[in-house]
Amino acid sequence: MASTIRVRATSSGDITEVQALIQHPMDSGFVKNAKGETIPPHFIQQLTFEHDGKNVFTADWGGGISKDPYVKFAFKGAKKGDELKISWVDNKGATDTTTAKIQ
Amino acid sequence: MRNMMQQSALILALLAAGAASALAAGSEEDFKAAYAAAEAANKEAGKLRNQWTTTANTLAAAKKAADAGDFDKATASAKEAEALAKASIFQATSEKTRWKDMEIR
Amino acid sequence: MKLRSAIYLASAILALAAMTLASTLPSGAADKVDPVADAKAFQKFFTDKFPKVKFEDFVNGPYSMNEDLYRQWQDKEQFPPYEFALEMGKEMFSTPFKNGKTYADCFPNGGIGIRQNYPYFDEKEGKVITLELALNRCREANGEPPYSYVKDEMAALTAYMAFTSRGKLMDIKIPDDPRALEAYEKGKEYFYTRRGQLNFSCATCHVQSPGERIRAEILAPALGIVNAMPIYRSEWSGMGTTSRRFTTCNSQIRAVPLSPQDDEYRNVEYYLSYVSNGLPISGPGARP
Repeated sequence: MASTIRVRATSSGDITEVQALIQHPMDSGFVKNAKGETIPPHFIQQLTFEHDGKNVFTADWGGGISKDPYVKFAFKGAKKGDELKISWVDNKGATDTTTAKIQ
Repeated sequence: MRNMMQQSALILALLAAGAASALAAGSEEDFKAAYAAAEAANKEAGKLRNQWTTTANTLAAAKKAADAGDFDKATASAKEAEALAKASIFQATSEKTRWKDMEIR
Repeated sequence: MKLRSAIYLASAILALAAMTLASTLPSGAADKVDPVADAKAFQKFFTDKFPKVKFEDFVNGPYSMNEDLYRQWQDKEQFPPYEFALEMGKEMFSTPFKNGKTYADCFPNGGIGIRQNYPYFDEKEGKVITLELALNRCREANGEPPYSYVKDEMAALTAYMAFTSRGKLMDIKIPDDPRALEAYEKGKEYFYTRRGQLNFSCATCHVQSPGERIRAEILAPALGIVNAMPIYRSEWSGMGTTSRRFTTCNSQIRAVPLSPQDDEYRNVEYYLSYVSNGLPISGPGARP
């Protein structure tokens, strides 16, 4: 299966700008389906971006985040060609990881 | 002239009868008649491809009230549904020519 | 005797007047269907109303109407929310059916770069054929069950087909067939006809009020609105097809929606696409 994470990281000068799109239902647990049954909560709890063994960005998420979430941030200290490791864990214990080269 | 007066007297009498039956409302028959009339009007709107969602909702509310035994409320809802359905029929009929006024030319 | 001839004379004059009236009325009312003039007037209406908007930008719906939204959207387009659907559509498109054939076998040019030709008028059938309809017919002809017209798989397939046609100019033809002209005219009538308890027509929002807000949304102009289909709508948190747009528009104005791909919807898509001729395909789109 294709990865659920899309990343693009571009560095210019000192700053690396990171954009990511993650495929996830992000069910809050408060929504009902067409039959009126509650859709159980299913959302990403933690998302981390790691550079050179160090967390550069951590997000603690809950059911309030939209489906297929999009993240954008910038950090200092990386250079072109470095690797960025992205992973998430959801409330059901599922996880996905990918790495991207900084361009 | 006399004929006309007779006629209007008859109409008055009919109206009075209608009012009387409305006052005495709450019967299942009243609901059934009102519901059937509303359904028929909504069906006609369907033939014109112009039903309103509110008509369907009001019909459903009428049915629910009737099932709960509240025929006053059920009859009132059915009558409202009929009015909505008739309005949708009027809309569809008048729009047959009126749409042209909106057109960009 | 004199009176009599006067009556004759008067009636003769009346008859003449009636005849001239009868002969001038049809052309005087100018109700001949003229799609070329229609499309010209339609496009002029929007370019006059929004002189600052570049012609090809009309396909970007609400983003062409509001600078802030436009900037947000340009950012979003770097990672568009329809990307997952697009990937799914590409995979589905190249996956053979059980009988070994693929979607490519059903379409001219293998289905690539042809979105701008849909919907078209099928002279054999005498009806308008939309891309969604053609896709489901392709499935059925190959022994596969049809998809729901409104979302998911259908939206993924049309997203991929639109993507391969990006930048191509909408090119809807009305063949020399009175039924095609009738379908076009009926589509136009549907577009301008008010319906639902709120008494809105398609034109109420998308001709009279593009750029205005309806609650939190900014209304898109009708010109080029179909060029961006299918769309990912944040409001739906998912993809939707042209069929989905029509049916939800209907229920929002409290009209009972018709079934997807009913004649009315096919005709209105035909009309709307025709008057957007010359604008590039921009689908799949992303909308708030």
